Amino acid sequence: MNTSLSWIKAYVPDLDVTPKQYMDAMTLSGTKVEGYTELDKCLDKIVVGEVLTCEEHPDSDHLHVCTVNVGAEEPLQIVCGAPNVKAGIKVPVVLEGGRVAGTHSGGSSEDGIQIKAGKVRGIESRGMICSIDELGSSSEFYPEAASDGIYIFPDDAEVGADAVELLGLHDAVFEYEITSNRVDCYSAIGIAREAAATFGCDFHEPEIRETGNDEKAEDYISVDVLDEELCPRFTARVVKNVKIGPSPRWMQRRLASNGIRPINNIVDITNYIMEEYGQPMHAYDYDTIAGHKIVVRRAEEGETFITLDGQEHTLDNKMLMICDGEKPVGIAGVMGGENSMITDQVKTVLFEAANFDGTNIRLTSKRLGHQTDASQKFDKGLDPNTAMLAMNRACELMEEFGAGEVVGGAVDVYPSVRKPVEVPFEPDKINELLGTDIPEDQMIAYFEKVDLSYDASKRAVIVPTWRQDVLRTCDLAEEVARFYGYDKIPTTLPSGAATAGGLTYEMRIEGIARDTAEECGFSQAYCYSFESPKVFDRLLLAEDAPERKAIEIRNPLGPDYSIMRTTPLGGILTSLSTNFNRRNKAVRLYEMGNVYLADSFPLTSLPDERKKLTLGMYGEGDFFDMKGVVELFFDRTGISVKPEYRTDAPRPYFHPGRQAKIFLGDHEAGEIGEIHPKVMKQYGIGERCYIAVLDLKTITPLTSFDRKYTGIAKYPAVSRDISMIVPKTVTHAEIEAMIEQRGGRILEDCRLFDIYEGAPIQPGFKSMAYSLTFRHHDKTLEDAEIQSAMKKILNGLNSLGIELRS
Amino acid sequence: MSGIEEKLREIQEQAAEEIRRADGMDRLNEIRVSVLGKKGSLTSVLKSMKDVAAEDRPKVGKWVNDARAGIEQLMEETRMRIEEESMNLRLRSETVDVTLPARTPRRGHRHPNTIALEEVERIFIGMGYEVLEGPEIEYDEYNFTKLNIPANHPAKDEQDTFYITDEILLRTQTSPVQARIMEQGKLPIRMIAPGRVFRSDEVDATHSPSFHQIEGLVIDKGITLADLKGTLDVFARELFGPDTKTKFRPHHFPFTEPSAEMDVSCFKCGGKGCRFCKGEGWIEILGCGMVHPHVLEMCGLDPNEYGGFAFGVGLERIALLKYEIDDMRLLYDNDIRFLNQF
Repeated sequence: MNTSLSWIKAYVPDLDVTPKQYMDAMTLSGTKVEGYTELDKCLDKIVVGEVLTCEEHPDSDHLHVCTVNVGAEEPLQIVCGAPNVKAGIKVPVVLEGGRVAGTHSGGSSEDGIQIKAGKVRGIESRGMICSIDELGSSSEFYPEAASDGIYIFPDDAEVGADAVELLGLHDAVFEYEITSNRVDCYSAIGIAREAAATFGCDFHEPEIRETGNDEKAEDYISVDVLDEELCPRFTARVVKNVKIGPSPRWMQRRLASNGIRPINNIVDITNYIMEEYGQPMHAYDYDTIAGHKIVVRRAEEGETFITLDGQEHTLDNKMLMICDGEKPVGIAGVMGGENSMITDQVKTVLFEAANFDGTNIRLTSKRLGHQTDASQKFDKGLDPNTAMLAMNRACELMEEFGAGEVVGGAVDVYPSVRKPVEVPFEPDKINELLGTDIPEDQMIAYFEKVDLSYDASKRAVIVPTWRQDVLRTCDLAEEVARFYGYDKIPTTLPSGAATAGGLTYEMRIEGIARDTAEECGFSQAYCYSFESPKVFDRLLLAEDAPERKAIEIRNPLGPDYSIMRTTPLGGILTSLSTNFNRRNKAVRLYEMGNVYLADSFPLTSLPDERKKLTLGMYGEGDFFDMKGVVELFFDRTGISVKPEYRTDAPRPYFHPGRQAKIFLGDHEAGEIGEIHPKVMKQYGIGERCYIAVLDLKTITPLTSFDRKYTGIAKYPAVSRDISMIVPKTVTHAEIEAMIEQRGGRILEDCRLFDIYEGAPIQPGFKSMAYSLTFRHHDKTLEDAEIQSAMKKILNGLNSLGIELRS
Repeated sequence: MSGIEEKLREIQEQAAEEIRRADGMDRLNEIRVSVLGKKGSLTSVLKSMKDVAAEDRPKVGKWVNDARAGIEQLMEETRMRIEEESMNLRLRSETVDVTLPARTPRRGHRHPNTIALEEVERIFIGMGYEVLEGPEIEYDEYNFTKLNIPANHPAKDEQDTFYITDEILLRTQTSPVQARIMEQGKLPIRMIAPGRVFRSDEVDATHSPSFHQIEGLVIDKGITLADLKGTLDVFARELFGPDTKTKFRPHHFPFTEPSAEMDVSCFKCGGKGCRFCKGEGWIEILGCGMVHPHVLEMCGLDPNEYGGFAFGVGLERIALLKYEIDDMRLLYDNDIRFLNQF
């Protein structure tokens, strides 16, 4: 919504503010001004001049040499290239040193272009005759202006007068951000009411004269509303002996401030009323209305209709139509029909000012994919009481402009009249809510500024029907607060009992995960929750893989963002790929975010959101570095159970021989592996890449921060190193388990310190060396005890096909 | 006998001379062996004791011991001197160029969003707020209905919601956590709820279909708009610096009444107006308001007894402002050259 300052001043004549003051004060009282444009910002020293003589330039086939009377003692010689320049016309002339918004060549600058005296092809030129574009506007908004040429004033323009003033450009246009609750402020009158209240000025709403001849509108037209719910009110009036012509300058200027192009008096009046009162209107060619009868009904399913912009629409039975005795003539609240539109030949006009259900209009225009200025007003939900005001204002303007003869009376179908709401006035509650101590009469004064009247006998505030947002005490409190000034409300802190505050346990674990990852050189990535369904093929997942059961978004931004991810791999691989393509070396990234798993489709309850810690790296480090990060995290979070790495259910996106599922007891806590070369190719990563994914929802319950001191060992430890030849198929985990089982309670530690394959070790075997530490809790171990333990261990290892190295 | 005394003096003087000339520990040990060793010159004097008259032996013995003590003391002093010298020599040779580059452990970097979030959490935890979370895929009922945004309310369009089904959607705001926490009915409530939200915006320098908000909610008896102003004033000063000023402008949100938007004075120019704040001197930071009584009612609270305030702030907005990041896409590119700056 836009208005010019002069338009607001038409209703608030005492308003005396700069555009900046207006913007700031209106914003602070709740009518947010996004910005403003001063129309004369780039215009300076521009007067009305009369072209006295106009000769052809001796050295050019299109330039003219003119003498122009600008009201000074001597006329000015000005060279002008416009095709429409001639002697006798009155034109805007920018004097030497003055400024215009643009030049013929289309150049412009923020502060305008200064005009200097100079020579044009050898002929002195002292100033410039301007086109409307050079004055910062366009012939769109000044229909009388030549689209190619200089602007020409009417003959009665006074020579030497301020041309900018005459063009109505000493003005500023404000752009407002109106909130959806303030439907009344989608109109110049609504904003002006707020402006008057904000600046403490009187508000002068237009006083509408009664119009109409002795005839009766109901003799011309009958209205039958078949759906009162969707059309609470329908008013109609008739104007005959219509004379199409331009609307007056002031109306054109006001329309232009809202970006609406002036067309002719009838169209302009309906558009103007829509901006002035916020009430869209429609004008029909009365002679096309069959049976001189209007019927408001729902469309039939599949019915087609051509709107006045020539577009054909297919309708459904939730849409409301305006029909005549035979056929539809308009889609209610959206657009009239081609079949009944006003043409230059129109003799009699039927005006409609109706009230439609806002939601229905919004859904209709959404379904049709056809938003109009009218539908955008209606869809906010208008006050039906405005309809008749708007209608009468339109007829008054028709009469005033001599645009036709208004038929007396009106047809008004308005079965249930909307009445003002009464809100109990509870000043104590208002002060309690605001934390203020504002006296009662001051509050009442604030209300009255915006026509919320106070009824002392009922101790209630009477809310006019255009204010649909004031229903309860809190709404009155807002009125008080915004006129008292949000800035004057004190700043305090909540009293009340103290609360402990803090993070949840899950968030503490996440914090440790972040710390651990960063300590190990991983930087934090943020990935989208959206995924492309192609991710599953990229990850080589089978057709029946559970990951493919992803939640689909009904209205995604595009196919690449159409499902909610079930695996975090796509995100981290994409990020690694981005880095690889940008030639970043040795990249380590981690991400913490949810995957979304659903049991059944379509979704009937909320899915399982599982937070995953995902680590990914390329360039430096291998599988075991990644494993180290995982185990450091387990250690930091006090997980006592030893992680187990299972390889029995390989995942297709990992290297078949370099991957494992990570188990903590019976809980599957995550997975780790080197990315399969085929997947790397899909993502365009050219170096070995390792990923670990941990399921924090599984891991968190297994964490613990209980620590108990157990004493430092008093007795000495004895260590024994064993070096052995192991069949390649036997894993470290198996050896370790055997040693631990056989070593008994005195075995304190078992550590692999060397592993080797290749000559002189036979193929199919590997050499492994372990260091074992024995210690007894409360005595010094005797050699015999160690010998016995070692013997058991070696026997056990033997059973795995392991030989001691000689 | 006097010959012995003479010999001892000779040995002692010669030893002293050699010790003085000793240039290292090795030489000193050689001297020790040649004088005090089994076959050393002093030992041989001791061996010749058998030729000394018995009555003279104590006297001669004392001479020998005095000579040995004298030599040993001299050797000890010399040893200390040599060690000191050799240590000084080593230390001199070990001098390093202290301006050579440092060797730091290669740590990863936290995402600016998280850094900003932790800052916000720190401020509110200090004021006794709990940090809570809610689901990202949410019921329409919590995202809209219970927040006073009924079916067909225009605000539902404005937010450009991603829908899964008619009833289930990607939450467009963190505000549904308000409704969930109020419904639990544990009062008073002081909480913030950070989280991911989704809106159907194309990706560009200032938009992302997925971003983060931090919701705040206080419910108690006697909470006022003044309390809201005071709380957010503290927040702004903690986050943007002690000289930060706040400005509250009336606004509209369906779930609060009265509602406001809060601006902070530009922390770059201090409010004078600069390119950073587009000449305004103020930067819009968040939306807030007093919880609407109808929302309280829908969440099972009696608005005559309880009330409170709520606010919502965009995490990316804070991160972009605080760290002067000019393109939101950088936050989701995960380029380490960007991340390494935090």
